[in-house]
Amino acid sequence: MSDQQTPQAAAGDSGTDPTASGRSATAPSRLHEAAVAAAMYLGCIVVALFASALIVWATGGSWQAVFSALLDGSLRAPGRWGETIGIAIPLVVVALGTAINGRAGVVNIGQEGQVMMGTAFATYVGVRLGGPGPVVIVCLLIVGALAGAMWAGIASWLLYWRRVPEVLTTLLLITVASQATGYALKVDWLLLAPFREDRSVRNQVSEQLEADTRLPLIDIWGNDFPISAFAVVLMAVIVFLLFKRSVWGFRMRMLGRNARTAQRAGVSTVKYGTTAMLISGACAGLAGALMLSGGDFGNYRFTPGFANNIGWEGLLVALVARSHPVGIVVVAFSFAGLRAGSGFLAATGVEREISQVVLALLVLALLVPPAILFIRERRRALSATRDRT
Amino acid sequence: MGGFFSAIGDVVTNEVTYSGAMRFAALLAFAAIGETIAEKAGTLNISLEGMVLGGAFAGALGMHLTESVSVGLVFATVIGTVVASVQANMSHRLTANQFVVGLALNTLVLGIASFLNTSIQPVSKAAHRFAIKPLSELPLIGDAFFNQPWPLYLVYPMIPAAWWLLYRTRWGLEVRAVGENPQSADVSGIDVNKRRRQSIYIAGLTSGLGGGYLVLGQIGRFEDAVVGGQGFIAIAAVIFGGWTMRGVIGGCLLFGTVNSFRLTLPTVGHELNSELLSAAPFVVTIVTVTFFAHRTREPRALAQPFVRGLT
Repeated sequence: MSDQQTPQAAAGDSGTDPTASGRSATAPSRLHEAAVAAAMYLGCIVVALFASALIVWATGGSWQAVFSALLDGSLRAPGRWGETIGIAIPLVVVALGTAINGRAGVVNIGQEGQVMMGTAFATYVGVRLGGPGPVVIVCLLIVGALAGAMWAGIASWLLYWRRVPEVLTTLLLITVASQATGYALKVDWLLLAPFREDRSVRNQVSEQLEADTRLPLIDIWGNDFPISAFAVVLMAVIVFLLFKRSVWGFRMRMLGRNARTAQRAGVSTVKYGTTAMLISGACAGLAGALMLSGGDFGNYRFTPGFANNIGWEGLLVALVARSHPVGIVVVAFSFAGLRAGSGFLAATGVEREISQVVLALLVLALLVPPAILFIRERRRALSATRDRT
Repeated sequence: MGGFFSAIGDVVTNEVTYSGAMRFAALLAFAAIGETIAEKAGTLNISLEGMVLGGAFAGALGMHLTESVSVGLVFATVIGTVVASVQANMSHRLTANQFVVGLALNTLVLGIASFLNTSIQPVSKAAHRFAIKPLSELPLIGDAFFNQPWPLYLVYPMIPAAWWLLYRTRWGLEVRAVGENPQSADVSGIDVNKRRRQSIYIAGLTSGLGGGYLVLGQIGRFEDAVVGGQGFIAIAAVIFGGWTMRGVIGGCLLFGTVNSFRLTLPTVGHELNSELLSAAPFVVTIVTVTFFAHRTREPRALAQPFVRGLT
């Protein structure tokens, strides 16, 4: 079912499934179809990379150097793919949450703010709550998830109470979250670290997590990444099974595809929509807590720029992977590679913003093939019905 | 509490507040006018932020190359329209998800603008003020409305023009039909996706111009954070205004005033927390939308793609 998803279905529109009705006897073989799709994806990626090379070339940089630096920084240099995995972890978590609300047809584009709230609350618990390390870690992760859910919950509450568009509220709450956490980092009864010799010059910085409240690192051939990587893969499998095999997942999907039908079939829009939103917020908050305790961001300290667009990128991951859990893991890893690689760009003399450009061009390029495939499928279906009448 | 009210009193009687409010509101209005037309046609155009940002950078670049404000503004509209053409063709020709396109475009424009900004470093300066003589003498609000950098005045004729376009022309009628009921519009011979693309082009044009005004009329130079979410506030103003031209302009003025309060409060000598003040426009937006927006009705096909024969 999921491989036939149309752009409309992914957008949460009430479209019927065009492929089911339109398959005629002359439809080409599956293999041929797959080959065409693969070629189209490859072509679009090449075009996107070519366009970014063109931008680098036009501003007098060397595109070979840029691409080789990106590869070095993400995979080739020693220890770098551990870094890439470390960045991929929060991206996958954010994207899995987004996939769930995408299926349910609720829009959440405020993951960035939910990540910030999750991190802020997790920091508070991680720093203030004494006790044995593992207990603190578990509490920190749970509180982070709850904080993210709360922040997304505001949007879903306003949506079902006053019909305020959730696109708008989630978006505006990002800035509110960023200002609120910035304020919390300024006062020492919330998050600001007490003044000590070793505190960095910056004012807005939290206390560092104690060594025993950090996630354990795993070392494979000099690449170390936090243990949460495995948990995240497990999470992807669980979400996959939920979508594929559970009544709950089916109801979510029904709600996303056609809210009216779902309601007639006894699926409560408010209940399932709110659940989807809360889960998505909880995932974003959890991602923030994982970022904090994993150490790949901010060195176990919370600072104003901590979220660093992870929320936005995780959202893009889910949208590009069309809410498919396996696709999410693959896309998240490549986006993380791009981000890890951008750290190596300084040596080439090209500004590191170019990695943002490459990312955005890739996202736009990856939107094209499914759209074209969808239009082809429509044309074929239309011509098939025309033959019959 | 008494201190708070005296602070409000000081701000309300200060001319600077009004002219600041007008400057913020003008940017929002530039963007929101185009967004209203786009939303009437059924697109919730998230890339508005990117269009404004693209326009802002193009304006600075145009000024850098020719040292002329007018050329900068032309550059700004052109780039705004270019960004719009990507959004329009991807979401209403290829029928890709409009939110994904919008978000990717915002990232792309920000990436390209800050990349080019560091490698070119355009030099620009704000346009001169131009007082419209007898009117600018009015007490309290005269300065705000009639003694501003001249690009701001472009917004005045645009408001009635957009209203006329939307409510008094055949094109406008078709645009509204497309946003309410695309299936019926299609049956009566209107090219739904074409009208939607055209409305997005108009949004790109006006918000590009808004970006140009922001850099060349208000701030004087380009920085990465120059727009800083004001494109999103413009979208909020459209929703707040209930998709009517009058309400949208009212929303722009309200959000502009809140923004201006944030800057005026410290200058009249009141100490307030800067984070809470910066968050204020966003909180006010959410609260006002919560309590006023439900009275109005959105275009029925808002944010829904149209493919002929589907549903």
